[in-house]
Amino acid sequence: MRKPASYDGVVVCAPVTVPYVRFSPETAHWWTGAALFALAEKTGLRPADIDGFCFSSFSAQPDTVVGVVQHLGLSPRWMDHIPTGGASGVMALRRAARAVQAGDAEVVACVAADTNQIESFRQNLTMFSRFSQDATYPYGFGGPNATFALMTDNYMREFGVTRETFAKLCVAQRANALSNPYALMKTPLTVDQYMNARPISDPVHLFDCVMPCAGAEAFLVTTPEKAAELGLSSANIRATIERHNAFAEDPVQTRGGWVRDIDTLWQAADRQPSDMDTVQVYDDYPVIVSMQLEDLGFCAKGGIAGFVAANEFTIDGTLPLNTNGGQLSAGQAGAAGGFQNMTEALRQILHQPLGDQVPDARQALVSGFGLVNYDRGVCTGAAVLQVGDLR
Amino acid sequence: MTDPLLPPKRKDPLKNTMMGHVAPASRSRAAKAMAARAAQGRLVLQSCATCARVTYPPRDRCPTCWGPLDWTDQPTGAVVLAETTIRATTDKFFRDHLPWRIGTVRMDAGPTAIVHLHGDVAVGEAVEMTLKLDRGGNPALFALPVKETPNMQDDPQLRVFTASPKHRRVLVTDGRTALGQETARALLQAGAQVVFLGNSDRLMRYNGQPEIEAEAGVEPVTLRVTDSRSVQELAAQLGGRIDVVVNTALHTRAGTVAFGGKLTDLQEAMDVEVSGLMRLAQAFGPALSARSGDGVNAAAAFVDVASIYGLTGNPGFAGMAASAAARMTLLHGFRHEMQQTGIRVMSILTGPIDDGWHQSVPPPKVTPAQIARAIVQALEAGQEQTCVGDIAKNLMARWQDDPLLTVREENQ
Amino acid sequence: MSASVLAQMATALASGKVKCVDLTNTLSPDFPVIVLPAEFGQCAPFRMEKLSRYDDNGPAWYWNNISMNEHTGTHFDAPAHWVTGRDLPSNTVDALPVQDFVAPAAVIDISAESAAHADFVLTRAHLENWEAQHGKIPPKHWIALRTDWYKRVGTAGYLNLLEDGAHSPGPDAGAMEFLVHDRDCIGLAVETVGTDAGQAVHFNPPFPAHSILHGNGRYGLQCLTNLDQLPTFGALIVACPLKIEGGSGSPLRVIAMIESV
Repeated sequence: MRKPASYDGVVVCAPVTVPYVRFSPETAHWWTGAALFALAEKTGLRPADIDGFCFSSFSAQPDTVVGVVQHLGLSPRWMDHIPTGGASGVMALRRAARAVQAGDAEVVACVAADTNQIESFRQNLTMFSRFSQDATYPYGFGGPNATFALMTDNYMREFGVTRETFAKLCVAQRANALSNPYALMKTPLTVDQYMNARPISDPVHLFDCVMPCAGAEAFLVTTPEKAAELGLSSANIRATIERHNAFAEDPVQTRGGWVRDIDTLWQAADRQPSDMDTVQVYDDYPVIVSMQLEDLGFCAKGGIAGFVAANEFTIDGTLPLNTNGGQLSAGQAGAAGGFQNMTEALRQILHQPLGDQVPDARQALVSGFGLVNYDRGVCTGAAVLQVGDLR
Repeated sequence: MTDPLLPPKRKDPLKNTMMGHVAPASRSRAAKAMAARAAQGRLVLQSCATCARVTYPPRDRCPTCWGPLDWTDQPTGAVVLAETTIRATTDKFFRDHLPWRIGTVRMDAGPTAIVHLHGDVAVGEAVEMTLKLDRGGNPALFALPVKETPNMQDDPQLRVFTASPKHRRVLVTDGRTALGQETARALLQAGAQVVFLGNSDRLMRYNGQPEIEAEAGVEPVTLRVTDSRSVQELAAQLGGRIDVVVNTALHTRAGTVAFGGKLTDLQEAMDVEVSGLMRLAQAFGPALSARSGDGVNAAAAFVDVASIYGLTGNPGFAGMAASAAARMTLLHGFRHEMQQTGIRVMSILTGPIDDGWHQSVPPPKVTPAQIARAIVQALEAGQEQTCVGDIAKNLMARWQDDPLLTVREENQ
Repeated sequence: MSASVLAQMATALASGKVKCVDLTNTLSPDFPVIVLPAEFGQCAPFRMEKLSRYDDNGPAWYWNNISMNEHTGTHFDAPAHWVTGRDLPSNTVDALPVQDFVAPAAVIDISAESAAHADFVLTRAHLENWEAQHGKIPPKHWIALRTDWYKRVGTAGYLNLLEDGAHSPGPDAGAMEFLVHDRDCIGLAVETVGTDAGQAVHFNPPFPAHSILHGNGRYGLQCLTNLDQLPTFGALIVACPLKIEGGSGSPLRVIAMIESV
């Protein structure tokens, strides 16, 4: 098998977040356009200047990227639709980067956007995927909370992890959110509050769950030359991985696809986990945060309790984690949840944070996870980013 | 530990009746194929015709070798790996039934599945898997204790998937026959609160009348399934107090089609069995539907008894078979309509009954008591389709296997 | 002088000097029909299916489809109804002379005897005795047997069907021969469900009323009411069966015209 090519000749710029709202009467198309509008403000790019477009959304139906491209007046020579939710940020990055490297596109806008209406959550669930329609939601219709509760229940039993471990992660992320002006959760969270919160689907309790909202996230993938021409700070991609439907024989999910390719990631990046100044993982539930920290190499499988006890995850801590608060405290804007860790990683290493700055942040690990097609997350991906040029 | 189900209190007339809801019903075609087997009480999963791998959830090709898949009966053992108790949901049906407990099980057949859990099973335990239908007619895997536990049937989650006669008020449409009388007895023995027993002619005696009317819990009512007004009047007076309807009205006369068959027999059979079913459906359907969420004795089911020969025809009883066929087809439509409101429409298909109209038929024949037991079992299991007796079971199996061949064989 | 007679009749009807008495039971799904042995085709009871009642199936009108046997409810038997009358000319309801549809009645009161004995059999001797008291029965009369049986409608006692068959009053062969051949009656009018006694299957010949009436081109009227309101002689019965093509009989409205005192 060939080694993956490096990411020379490609840079990532212009992280953009359209502030989240709990409920929005606007459409995914509106939010996508809002992200492009913000991107235009930051970069000066007009529709004609964008020749590549990568799109992810749960609420654009009946449109895919095709409808959105015509709706928003784009005329790209490369486009892609990535319906992979929490993994879509990393996957968009990978596809856009190769297109730019190969010369198939020069300026690729990667956008994830979702609206959220009162009925959205329930409606999205009923049509989420074939397997969940047939074999998950008919069983109590507890939504992802119930599916991840089963996973959490199993994880806690198998590895002896307690709620206290999860509490520390959630409390740290909430502290991180307090400096993020766009975060939907604005009050501090204590361990007591976390532990005494009402159960949603045992053992998942209130503060283990994200708040669904409307919003959009975007970033630009382009050539170093173009970034310079536009005067944009840029980041380099050291390495990326992606793996789907791994370990399908595991009766309950306790590990994700990263396990199969994690060595390749760190080798290609010529780095190790301890080199990372900040880690932005997909945090739909603390059990998944735990799984990623283990599978990405920060500790052994099952060792999360000890690892969490030995570290601090605040912005000024030993391992700044989900420094915008993550989805658990900033909100989950549908598919944009899979982009917000990418934009936050970029912000930190490009020194354009929304809130507090991780001191001397230069290198970041981004990890994506999703969709729960049936009973486990199918898609995984990860990327190691390093600051390039600050402008 | 399952608490025994307490009889319901009388309703407070000032309170709104709780509506019955049906969980979202959209399913893939493969899931519907699973439902079709669940309707027959079979625990099935797909196995690959090429590599024999067993797979779940329902899909369209084997995930190991892409070979074609067949639905096959599976061993019922499984182990519970994880559980959760759902306390919040956006779904109207499950909201009315919270908290709701589900689990991940590893089935002896191979796959893992998310399933409903009986209250008496826990993580780490071996369980007995059953495949039921929810009230929307969709397949539902349910993990039961391996050995029967006290009051097992009364588990609130299990009761949602069944139509147990316990504490319920049942209408048996034709008490003039042994079938109706045995059914009434069997229902009362299974814990029914009352059986309203239909009599098409209160002025004319019938065999077994003094005995059945003397049984505690039997209340005779006038009901002529051939008379629209009679059916409507009974439903108007009693519809809101009936939780299960069991339609035992049958009209059996020997006869051929062309050579010596009596058209008037066919017409009467159609009126009793087909128009009669439609009258009952129109009169009781709305009343049952309105109460599908109404507590302990929520309205639960409409059970219809028909001749298995509706599938194929029968040379000695051509008119009867024709009306059974029409009745079955009408029932399909009725079932679908009632799935929107959470009432189960069940079929009991029987071979020749051991009664005065089947004297020319050699054994094996089915006794009314056997059919009555099958009705109660179907209600207690929530099973959509039941074949009673060897002839019905055999005919159904042959018909499923090769319908056109079976039709030819039966009509020779 | 026909016109004058009819004119007088019209005046008498308008003034109430001539009263119309309804001799008909209401045709409803509840009305019992004769029950035959299980091996034979059964008489269909009356059934009504509403077609529309000022609703989406017919906004401005109300009507029903009805179904029944020719011998359901208060009904008329034509000679074709019985095997003995099968070959007579003009033996079906559509072919009968309408002149026969208006005819006087002689009312024979056997209500006391019937009350005492459900299987009371009317004999020739009884009729001869009756004539000695009331006078000779004129020709071309309906012979109306008043049994007060109509008061049993709505109870099991109307059909009175026990384990050994039905038990209700009726004539024997001798009585029928007398009424048909000696008194030239138009037909027999009864309150019970059949002109024959409930146990008439066991008579010799079986069913003598049907057999002898219809074999001689005479008629039957069954399930009548209110015979107890009629005088012994003098009532005029109007009984017009439906003109059913090839029909053996039909349900109908039967009335009697009587002079009020």
